Amino acid sequence: MRIDCPHCGLRSNEEFTIKGEVPKARPDAEAGQDAYVDYVYIDKNTRGRNVEHWHHSGGCRAWLVVERNTITHEIYSVIDVQEAQ
Amino acid sequence: MPQLFRSVSGGLINRSELLRFTFDGKDYTGYEGDTLASALLANGVRLVGRSFKYHRPRGILTAGVEEPNALVELRSGGRQEPNTRATVVELYDGLDANSQNRWPSLKFDFLSINQYAGPFLSAGFYYKTFMWPPSFWEPVYERIIRRAAGLGFAAESNDPDHYEKANAHCDLLVIGAGPTGLQAALTAARAGARVLIADDGSRFGGALLDERVTIDGKDGAAWVDAAIAELESYAHVRMFPRTTVFGRYDAGTYGLLERIGDHLAEPAPYTARQCLWRVFAKRSILATGAIERPIVFGDNDRPGVMLAGAARTYANRYGVQAGKKVVVCGNNDDIARTVADLGAAGATIAAVVDTRATGGAEDLGRPIYRNSVVRRALGGQYVQGVEIGEVGGGISTEKIDCDAVVMTGGWSPNIYVATHLGQKPSYDEKIVGFTMPSDLGEMTIAGAANGIYDTAGCLAAGAAVATSALDAMGMSGAKGDTALDVDEGPSGQIEPFFYVKDATGKCFVDFQNDVTDKDLKLAIQEGYDSAEHAKRYTTFGMATDQGKTGSLNGAAILADALGSSIADVGVTTARPPYTPVSFGAWAGHAVGEEFQPTRRTPMHDWHEENGAVFVEAGLWYRPAYYREPGETTWQESSDREVLATRGSVGLSDVSTLGKIDVQGPDAGAFLNKLYVNGWTKLAVGKARYGLMLREDGFVMDDGTTSRLDEDHYLMTTTTANAGPVMAHMDYCHQILWPELDVQFVSVTEQWAQMAIAGPNARKTLQGVVDDFDLSNEAFPFMGAANLTILGGMPARLFRISFSGELAYELAVPADLGIAAWKGIMAAGAPYNITPYGLEALGAMRIEKGHPAGPELDGRTTADDLGMGRMHSKIKDFIGKTLAERPALKETNRPQLVGIRPVDASERVSAGAHLLPPGAEQVIANDQGWISSASHSPTLESWIGIGFLKNGRDRIGERLLAVDFVREREYQVEIVSPHMVDPKGEKLHG
Repeated sequence: MRIDCPHCGLRSNEEFTIKGEVPKARPDAEAGQDAYVDYVYIDKNTRGRNVEHWHHSGGCRAWLVVERNTITHEIYSVIDVQEAQ
Repeated sequence: MPQLFRSVSGGLINRSELLRFTFDGKDYTGYEGDTLASALLANGVRLVGRSFKYHRPRGILTAGVEEPNALVELRSGGRQEPNTRATVVELYDGLDANSQNRWPSLKFDFLSINQYAGPFLSAGFYYKTFMWPPSFWEPVYERIIRRAAGLGFAAESNDPDHYEKANAHCDLLVIGAGPTGLQAALTAARAGARVLIADDGSRFGGALLDERVTIDGKDGAAWVDAAIAELESYAHVRMFPRTTVFGRYDAGTYGLLERIGDHLAEPAPYTARQCLWRVFAKRSILATGAIERPIVFGDNDRPGVMLAGAARTYANRYGVQAGKKVVVCGNNDDIARTVADLGAAGATIAAVVDTRATGGAEDLGRPIYRNSVVRRALGGQYVQGVEIGEVGGGISTEKIDCDAVVMTGGWSPNIYVATHLGQKPSYDEKIVGFTMPSDLGEMTIAGAANGIYDTAGCLAAGAAVATSALDAMGMSGAKGDTALDVDEGPSGQIEPFFYVKDATGKCFVDFQNDVTDKDLKLAIQEGYDSAEHAKRYTTFGMATDQGKTGSLNGAAILADALGSSIADVGVTTARPPYTPVSFGAWAGHAVGEEFQPTRRTPMHDWHEENGAVFVEAGLWYRPAYYREPGETTWQESSDREVLATRGSVGLSDVSTLGKIDVQGPDAGAFLNKLYVNGWTKLAVGKARYGLMLREDGFVMDDGTTSRLDEDHYLMTTTTANAGPVMAHMDYCHQILWPELDVQFVSVTEQWAQMAIAGPNARKTLQGVVDDFDLSNEAFPFMGAANLTILGGMPARLFRISFSGELAYELAVPADLGIAAWKGIMAAGAPYNITPYGLEALGAMRIEKGHPAGPELDGRTTADDLGMGRMHSKIKDFIGKTLAERPALKETNRPQLVGIRPVDASERVSAGAHLLPPGAEQVIANDQGWISSASHSPTLESWIGIGFLKNGRDRIGERLLAVDFVREREYQVEIVSPHMVDPKGEKLHG
């Protein structure tokens, strides 16, 4: 698998670390435990097209939003998290 | 020994280059250009191995990588290699090969008795026979089975050769260099595309080297030579002979194994034996040809029974006769060219047995039996005749003497690499074989791999698919060749026939795994009624074979047994690698010391010169202890270092701690988010201990952070978590709080850091600092400062302590590390300063009850560690909310305690569980565990720290420590984790 880092170009997967699917926004400090349980533990665990956080840990160290197919590893889009916000 | 089965002339071998080799200790000769299989056959050697389960005598079935029988052990010592296919082993002078799976000898194999124990060893026999008693499985049954049903033996010493890994990129990857692949490569190369063409053979050409064919008036091999010469002339073409494309992965990524030195006795000096390539291709063409199918009849595994295409290859390419008197049987047009080629090589055709009533060449000039099958091969260690009968007749009507049987059941497109991404092949009745759908992403299948079996058709297909690939990449240029004029025997006409239904003898479907038609029927009978289930039950299509020769025949048998169709049964999933890839190639250079990168601290050389014994801490090498003359155990050295440090002064290299420089107006606010405790009010010139949680409320890491300036902090992390903490900070800043104006960078490797600890630490340091007031009043506990030492060397000084002593940590730029270290050693000489390693450091932190890696194991909360009160109530931080969950606040959670043995001479061991004395030793009675243990020379006893349910309220209690791994039990007393200087008087002094 290769990821087209918006800063570094097309690079091999061993330069990247996956964190998992992009979660909901981090709740407010006062949002309470249920909101945090939802934020930390509840994943959609998608089979197919999935939007994920990847870290270019062996490169520019940017966090990226990668849309990837979890069955075929096909990558549809890669953007910097700053751009996604 | 004369080569009695070598024809007088012909073939692509170099008859002027005689090569000597041995098989099972006996000497033979062959020629340059031979494979081990062709050379053995030339010498009349047919029995080359014993089968996997029944130990049946086996010969050579094929002439390629699909060989299921002729598996041999090559070479000896560290280069010994089991299970190599004799059909693809290139002969070299001095080659040394041995047969496998036989004892005491190939001709007399004791376990060949297995073939007469047929019913006992039928499919599923492991599961039925070796069930009881369960305790016998591992020590008795498994060992016996492994010995009896095995293949070769792996080398027992280290492989002396080295292996490479490499990447390559291309526009077009052409897999296979037969007529289709070569024509595709030529077409793409002429248009300027970057082409990479790979073939597993020693020579490009594929079937053009094996069959008698002329293209444009040139014989096949000459046409190939011209094609190679043209490809070589292009700088943008890379050619990889002896290279198998073994796997197809996502997004045009392919795994290739290049065998650089396998065809030599030893790889040439300074070259690798093999190279594992990862190729990234925009487009690919699968031109891997087809694999011929055997016909399933009685005792079809007798040595001397061979595929017709293989027999032609041996005759045409190697000038070797498969037999002197041959029966040719089959169901398709290849019969005619087989008869012609074998006849031309000097063999007598004893009979032709064709399943078809009509069709095919009429005038072969040999006895021809139509509508007939070979029902059984006769003979023992090699074939001596056949019984034939009518198709579906149920009885044998005639016996024919022969010394070889060559069979053709038709061809199966070699689509394995195309299936690796999960697409399923489907059955095509027209070609009697499984093919792949046309839409395979970047890959196109062409030629025989797509069911086109005539050379003219393959050449045209190669040109056509290359042209489409060029179009898809937006490239154009010289379009496909004008049609080439091809002359070869007839091919194509086929009538499906897979197995003789009521044959006598064992009828093998999967030769390598010894699976017969009866095994497959039994699997269905017992309810394993799909191809994938039958595969698991019978081992059909497993292991290195992956069903190469047997999959369609097996599907036909399963379909009949199920009353279903071949199309519905389908074939089992074939997984990469297509052919075996050695562990050496996967490992590449990552063996021994080079298994992973090595990190050394700036003072490494000094440690090495001064008796340090190193321990690996992640990628780092850290001194475990410094061995002095006369010391024989690590404990002696460590105890001396602890006592010297606590008694006077010690020096330790702590450069491996993670260091992160944090700057910006919001640096303090950012740290507030990361740590449970607050940072904005920390005074400049002060350090503070910080505790970091994960968002789920458990402890992630700890360390001290100092404020060097208004907007400038220096964080430290544990050695192990330096990387993960940095990634976490990137995440927090880029995703959670991008609005904070803060920058940070890892400076772990930019600074050498050392701890100076002990009652004489201040006096020692006094000898190196330039004009800096070290008094307790001017620079108290938790002070942090920039300063210079040793006459102008820039440095940072922190008054922090992990040992519990009066202690400092001094940091200098990495390249000055050794100079600073030596300066401190000189300044401390009057106090007998002692370098100490990780063992002593560990002993002192356990004496003080300081948590480290074994305590911060991802399951502990701040409260478990006795630090619950550090949680800030007034700010948000990572983990704040979920740390408040009721289960994380329960008083009965395991809490950090100190452990002392009741008998001071008893050794405390990490990993032991804590149980009430007398309680049954089951998980329900588990009260906690010991996480770290050490010998404490200060307390003259072994000690430990660990976690005990509600432990802080149980000081003074006696429990039983049970070490299930080391099978020990001992009484312990629960104490405060602060076992030395509990009030901290020393570090404030």
